[in-house]
Amino acid sequence: MTIFLQILFGVIAGFFGGMGMGGGTVLIPLLTIFLGFEQQLSQGINLLSFLVMAVVSLLIHTKNGLVVTKNIFWLILGGVIFAVIGSLLATILPSTILKKIFGAFLCVISITEIFKVMMKKKK
Amino acid sequence: MRKKIKKTDKRTKLFDKIMLIILGGVIGFLFVFFGGGGGMICVPTLEKALKLDNKHAHATAIAVIFPLSLISSAIYVFKGAIESLPLLTIGLGVVAGGIIGAIALKILPSKLIRIIFSLVMLAGGVRILL
Repeated sequence: MTIFLQILFGVIAGFFGGMGMGGGTVLIPLLTIFLGFEQQLSQGINLLSFLVMAVVSLLIHTKNGLVVTKNIFWLILGGVIFAVIGSLLATILPSTILKKIFGAFLCVISITEIFKVMMKKKK
Repeated sequence: MRKKIKKTDKRTKLFDKIMLIILGGVIGFLFVFFGGGGGMICVPTLEKALKLDNKHAHATAIAVIFPLSLISSAIYVFKGAIESLPLLTIGLGVVAGGIIGAIALKILPSKLIRIIFSLVMLAGGVRILL
């Protein structure tokens, strides 16, 4: 049953992730809430499964001509530097504290997203 | 006159580059600190800074986040935060879902997906906080 749920949650998260929305914001809460995973374990699993998924979906997106490579080098450069700092910090913090911050982060970005979509409709 | 134009051109280009590096830094930090959600920040950044449309931004976001994920995964593994068995089953599901999602991005209207996605996230966030 647990294995079935793990695969199911993976499929749901992968679906959103494949669309470039960051499936982790779905996968991580599913794993911590329903399967009782530690926050760091959920985050780490998400990062690793994203890697495999990203290769597959990048191939499909490139085929469909949706990937723009111009100028993204600079974004990646800044990203890589802070990615190192961020992951060191995340692995050091206690799981419960990281979980609460993550919950707040989810609320903020989802409300922002809903608000943005609603504003677009009015135009 | 020509020289002047070139100079300001160079300056704005340099400014743009620095802005991109800073934006990338914010994306990178948040993405690996929370182990996900990079797309949520990266997609609007790409839409605004590089003026991409929604679909192109979604696809390009994966290309931007990929190298960040590679580095931070290594750090998570090195720090011993990963267990291999759930990684295998969940990873399998994620790959399957990822293929479906990437194909569906071409077909489904993006507004509806964004609302559904946001509601799922909001539910998760509230549940964690309570």
